[in-house]
Order: sequence, then C-alpha cells, then structure tokens
Amino acid sequence: MLIGSRTKRPKNSKLIKSGAEHRLQIYKVPPKETVTLQEFEEYAVERLKVLKAIENAGIRHIRGSEDYNHLVEKEIKKTKLAKIIRTDYSTDCEEFMIDHISHFILRLAYCRSEDLKRWFLQQELDLFRFRFLKENAEDKQKFLKVNSLDYNPISEDEKQRVLQDLMASAGRNSTTADTNEYFKVPFTEVLDLVRGRKVFLSRGFAYVPKDDMISILITHYRAHLSQQLAMTSRALPQLEEDNRLLPMLSGLSKRYLGQDYSSKKSNVGKITAEMIDSLSKQSFPPCMQNLHQSMKRDHHLKHGGRMQYGLFLKGIGLSLEEALRFWRTEFTKAMDGDKFDKQYSYNIRHNYGKEGKRADYTPYSCNKIIMSNAPGPGDNHGCPFRHTDADLLAQKLRLQGISKDFTDKIMKYTRDGHYQIACKYYFDATHSGVEEPDVNINHPNQYFDESQHFYSGKKE
Amino acid sequence: MTEKSTYDAASLPDLLPIYYKKLFPYGLYYRWLNYGGVPKSYFTNREFSFTLKDDVYIRYQSFADQQEMEKEIQKRCPYKIDIGAVFSHKPKDHKTVKAAAFQAQEKELVFDIDMTDYDDVRTCCSGADICEKCWPLMQIAVKILDRALEEDFGFEHRLWVYSGRRGVHCWVCDETARKLSQNGRTAVAEYLSLVKGGEHQNKKISLDTTRLHPFISQSLEIVKARFYDYAVKKQDFLGDEENQKKVLSLITDETLRTELEENFTSKEFEKDTSKTAWAVLRNHVDKKKSEANYKGSKYVLEEIMLQYCYPRLDVNVSKGVNHLLKSPFCVHPKTGRVCVPIDPKKIDEFDPMAVPTISEILEELNSVEKEDFNKKTKEFNKTSLKECTQVFERFVKKLEETWKGKGKMIEQSDMTMEF
Repeated sequence: MLIGSRTKRPKNSKLIKSGAEHRLQIYKVPPKETVTLQEFEEYAVERLKVLKAIENAGIRHIRGSEDYNHLVEKEIKKTKLAKIIRTDYSTDCEEFMIDHISHFILRLAYCRSEDLKRWFLQQELDLFRFRFLKENAEDKQKFLKVNSLDYNPISEDEKQRVLQDLMASAGRNSTTADTNEYFKVPFTEVLDLVRGRKVFLSRGFAYVPKDDMISILITHYRAHLSQQLAMTSRALPQLEEDNRLLPMLSGLSKRYLGQDYSSKKSNVGKITAEMIDSLSKQSFPPCMQNLHQSMKRDHHLKHGGRMQYGLFLKGIGLSLEEALRFWRTEFTKAMDGDKFDKQYSYNIRHNYGKEGKRADYTPYSCNKIIMSNAPGPGDNHGCPFRHTDADLLAQKLRLQGISKDFTDKIMKYTRDGHYQIACKYYFDATHSGVEEPDVNINHPNQYFDESQHFYSGKKE
Repeated sequence: MTEKSTYDAASLPDLLPIYYKKLFPYGLYYRWLNYGGVPKSYFTNREFSFTLKDDVYIRYQSFADQQEMEKEIQKRCPYKIDIGAVFSHKPKDHKTVKAAAFQAQEKELVFDIDMTDYDDVRTCCSGADICEKCWPLMQIAVKILDRALEEDFGFEHRLWVYSGRRGVHCWVCDETARKLSQNGRTAVAEYLSLVKGGEHQNKKISLDTTRLHPFISQSLEIVKARFYDYAVKKQDFLGDEENQKKVLSLITDETLRTELEENFTSKEFEKDTSKTAWAVLRNHVDKKKSEANYKGSKYVLEEIMLQYCYPRLDVNVSKGVNHLLKSPFCVHPKTGRVCVPIDPKKIDEFDPMAVPTISEILEELNSVEKEDFNKKTKEFNKTSLKECTQVFERFVKKLEETWKGKGKMIEQSDMTMEF
C-alpha cells in the first residue's frame, strides 16, 4: 500500500479493480491502492468505530442474539463503513476497498503489544462472524470454496454408525442430528467447538454439523491473523522511520481503546504500602477487595491472584519498592523472609519489567479478567460477579450493607451475564450521589480512578 | 538384603553424582527427545533448565548431542531438570538473537494433575501429602484422561510419569500435539475440564444439557466403577455431619436438599455411616426424579460424584508452548523418589509409596555389584528402576516406529532418484 501526498484523489479517478471473488474476506492479500494521509487516518478511525461498536454490543448482549445484532447494525450504520453489514454490494465498490485497507491500517496500530493484539483479534473475529452469518447459504458455500475450506460430508453409512454419539454431542439440537449433514475434519480446524465440547471427537477427527462449519473459518482466521500480527510487529521497526504515521498510529490505539494504565507517572510515589488497606475499603473494585482480603486472611495468594492484584497495584501508582514491602510484610506472616526472597520477589520484579525480557506488563482489563484465566481450586482471582455462586454473592452484598434495591439490580445483571454493568451498579451503591449512566466499567484501575475522583470532588 | 536406607535430603549432593553417572537413562532419553533427528536441530534447539543446589535456577540450557548433555548433567548434578520448548534457535545462544526472533516453536502437550487441587474434597490428607486413601483420585485421573487422549484425540504416544510426590504428569508426544498452538492446547485442556470454579464457587460441576456429551458419559462410567470403593470405603465422605453438609450443599433443588437434610438427621447411622447415607441419598434422589413435578437437575448424583472424583487439571500448565515441566527420571528433592514413567494401562497396580528413593536405589546397586560381575547389564536394570525403565523403553520404541517409516521412504526414493 502506498501512502501518497496530501492532495486528495480526484473524484472521477478509477478505482483499481480488486479482483476479489467475495466481498467477505479474511484479509490474506495486502491492498495495492494509494491513499492520502488524510484518508489513511479517516479509514482507520471509521473501522475503529465499527470495532468499538462490536465490542460494546458484546458487553451488553449475548453474541448472536437479536438484541446484539440489532445494536451492532445500528451502530455500524452510523459509520462510513455502513455498507459492510449488507450482503448485496460488489467487490469493486468503494466500501470494499475501505474495508480492505482499514483492516490493514489497524493491524499496524494494534500489533504493538499483546493486549492490543488480543483486543483487535477478538473484535475482528466477532465482526467477521457477524457478517458471515448474514450471508445466504449459497454465498456462504462460495466463501468456503474461495478459501479452500470446502469439505465433503461423511457417508450415510458412517453417519449411522456414530449417530448416537452425534446426537449426544448435539445437546439441544439433537433432534436435527438425524437430518443434518456432517463433515469430518481434523480437530485442529474447529478449536472453538472442541474447547466448548460442542462436537463429537473420534481419533482426532471432529464430526461437525453443517451449521457449525463457521467454526472452521473462525479457527482458520484466528490462526492466520494471529500469525500476521506477530509478523507485522516484528517488521514495525522499519516503519518507525516514517514519522508521518507513527504518532497517528499510537494515538489511534490510545484514543479509542482507552487507557491501559501501563504507567501511572502522576501517582507513582504517592501510594505507600500502608495506604493500601484503607484504600481497598474505599476505592478498590470488588475483585481487588476480594484479593486483598484473601491475602490478609491467608497471608498468601496463588499465582493468578498475585498477577491480577499485583499489576492492579502497579497501575494505581505503587512503586516497585513499596510493592516489595507490601507483599513481603504480608507473606512473611506465614513463611520466612528467605523463602519469600527466593520464590516470590522475582515475580514482583518481573511485573515491573525488571527481569526477563523486561516487558512492562499492563494491569488486566475487565474483559481479560472475565474471559480468560478462570479461577480454579484455591484461587481467589477473577471477577466476583462472574466467579461467585449467586447466593454467596447476594449474601456478601447484604453483609456489606448494600441496599435491597441495588442488590436486586446487581443480581439481575449478574444473572444475565452483564458483569461489568453489575459492577457499575456496585460502584453507584457504594458511592452515593454519583450519577453517570453512560459510563461503563472496563478496567479495575478505571474503577479506582473514578472512585478517587469522586472522593476528591466531595472534599471541595 | 540390607535394610532400606531412609532418604535424607542433605545427602543429595553425595547421591546425585552417582545417580547421574550410573543410573540416568541417557540413551533412551536422547532417543526420545531427538525424535529421529528430523529436523536435525530438534534436539539442539530444545530448552532445558536446571535447578542447582541452594535454589540456583538456570534457564536456556541446550546441548549439541547426547554426549554433551551427559557431560553437563554429570558436571552440574542438578537437583531438578525441567524440559522446555524447541525454539527457533539454540537456547544457549538466545542472547545473540534479536528478542522478537527467538521464538518457542514446538513442545509436547503436557498435563499436570496435582493432589493439592483436591483438598476441598479429600478427608484424609491435605497439601503435599498423599496416602492410599486418596491415591485412587490419580488412578481415576489417569484412566479418564488417557482414554480421551487416545480415543477422542487420536494421540498415540502418551508418556505418564509419577512426579515423585503428589501427582502425575502426562507428556503427549505425537507430532500433531507438538505442533499445537497455544490456542490448540487451551482447547484440548478445556475439552478435558469439568471442574470449574475458584474459592467462591462451591458447586464446581453443572451438567445441564438434556443429553450428555459422549466424553462425559465415558468419564462417568469410569468414575461410577470406582466411586463406591473410593468415596464410601476409603474417604468415608458422608461420615459425619460436617461432611454430609458439604455433599448436600451441591444439590441446587432446595426441596430435595432440605428433605435429605431431615433424612440424615433423623436416621441413626451407627456404623458404615457413609455406606448407609449414600444408599439413602441415592434412593431418595431416584424417587424424587421419577415424580412428575420434579424440576431439578437430572444429574444430581452424577454431579456429586464428579465433583468428588473428576480430574482437576491446571489449564495454565497445558496451554503455554514455552511452559517448562519437570523431566522424567529426575529425583524429587523433598521425597528422594525418582520421577518414574507409569504404564497407564496398569495404573491400578502402581503404588507411589513403593517407588524407590535415590538412597534405596544406590543401596541396591551397591549390593548387586558386589555379587554380579556381569558388567554387560545396564545399571538401571539391576535395581527396582528396571520395570519403569522398561515402560519408558516401550514408549520410545513405539515412537521410533513412526519415523522408521519415513526413513524407509527416503531410502527408496534416494535409490530410484524419484521424489
């Protein structure tokens, strides 16, 4: 892709024929067009709006539900990429080109860190799934063919042999197992289905019903994009020489993704180990309060908890020295100093980028805490709204003195899977007088900042 | 036969040199990790890490061949050896390579089952302790996972190892497994996971589909066959009021639960408490389920059995391509026991308490060498390590079959000059 001078493209210039066989793609071939610097930024911003819409809809509703689809369409229609939710446009039109180019531009902006990559990958996959499911059967098949993913269904004989198992794996759809067409593919092609145990496996092969073939696509796309992002990030240093683009690219990810709390330069040095206990009662989100209390009770936290809590503390401005003091004081109530120094201090220093590959790890966002690294036996990390039994959660809320109204609201949203909204109501319940209906809680450090802001506002 | 020597960790610095000189099976070990030399760099790019005396830990060790590995291990006498991934470059040269270019590329798919993760459901031990009352949990874990890895995933080369203290590891060495991405490993681990939940989630198993996935049915069969012996007889899991409460708390249907609570308090179970209580529980649940207005879970009993027995694996161990795991045949510093391979098909005959410690083995070696002048017998065959080494040998030989075929094809095409 060439980035031209500042002059705008004349209106009647011919668009390069894309030659693409389908308006949907998994972005294997980079674009060849020339764009102006202005267009470069514009396309990127528009696609970012689309991806944010997808993310937002995913927080508020279950993916694939009517409400979800409705919200996604509504928000995407507001952008310049509105046409991509339709299934009737050709590959020679402007929208196709913008779709194509904007994806590649965002790759440049989002390949630079693990968190950015993960976010970009997740939204692009969800966007793809949304668009694919809208296509009719014929166009879906065409897409599979174009991408060499068209498989042949298994024979009727084979199907009868494994029919009982097919029906048992289909769960709620067991009645259609009989009439559905099945495809036998290596399990590595449908990892999403394997992970959720939604498919019958035998000797390394998955028996996939026709309707689930999209999973193959998703796995394929995920693997491809993941690899491409890694390659792009390795090639990025060469791009650094172009100082037209770099400031814009880094601005892009910060502006729309929000803060990642990687370095709280303003607060470092202000937070000491002694302050943490009272701060936890006042301004910590429930997930971190929980970890703090578990640590005070057990004088220990398992690895998942140390990571989630340790990085959060770094994000609020706890320096490395204070962090070491804090953890050591607590842990040495149950072990001797030597053991702590040998086995635990390395980890803390690693979190601050002082060991190993010296990466400056960023505190976990709500999305990450809810979706990945679920707590296991003995663990106290995770999101309390997601990872606590309902009756225990309700009890805890009551014990904290949360009013019945708020408790009911929080429990309702928790039951519906809207954990971040439940957290927001928890915030409202514990910070009386606050009224900001449109603010979502996306990050534990954001919760902390909002809370501190609230209390300092009150003082004035 | 002299009395068995008791193991003392302080004697490791004296015992390890002899162990590494005479007993560690370098030949078989190299044949395994070399994978037939295809590609040639597979062994040289493998990361090993050593834990030396005084907890000194060194990473990114790598060796050119078996000889160099032997020399280095004998020189350093590590307390612990970990096996890591096969990287894009020799790990020992990693500092000369640009950070972004030095990548972990392949590694066996591994699983780690740790007895500590079952603390909330065992009555006999906690923490790092194990005994013959809770060991059946490992037997169940091995049976369930080995079946699934073989029958569902088609993995043929699975090496099970006793960790020396409180658990077992599984190394899946098929090519497909070694090439799996992090996403792939996570998918396999999650497919195999049923027990979900941290400290604030009491009920860790919920089977709520109207039909059970074949994997779950198969696993249940294995659990059911062993449940009575393990939970009732060995664990006495319904043996007192506190434990009964714990079990009943897993029942979500309130009416059913309160009825059972009353049942338990009213009856007097004098002896064989768990046996009677379990029978009462089962009968009552079956009766309730057959009633027309029952709206609760179809799988109440199954959920209880699974929560008490189903394997608990740590997904984090399995998912990382670069995750380091303790090597077979090292010595566990705290117990002195050797990390020995186990035959999963013979798991019921395996007794972790009978695994020899390093002191015992060296003692055996001493007494045998005094009598046996046949120097041709490999050292490890003279000790009680013989059987486990045979398990390892069978595993390596089976692996070698897979690249023998390739070798033959290369020979033939070389002869005819056809490719």
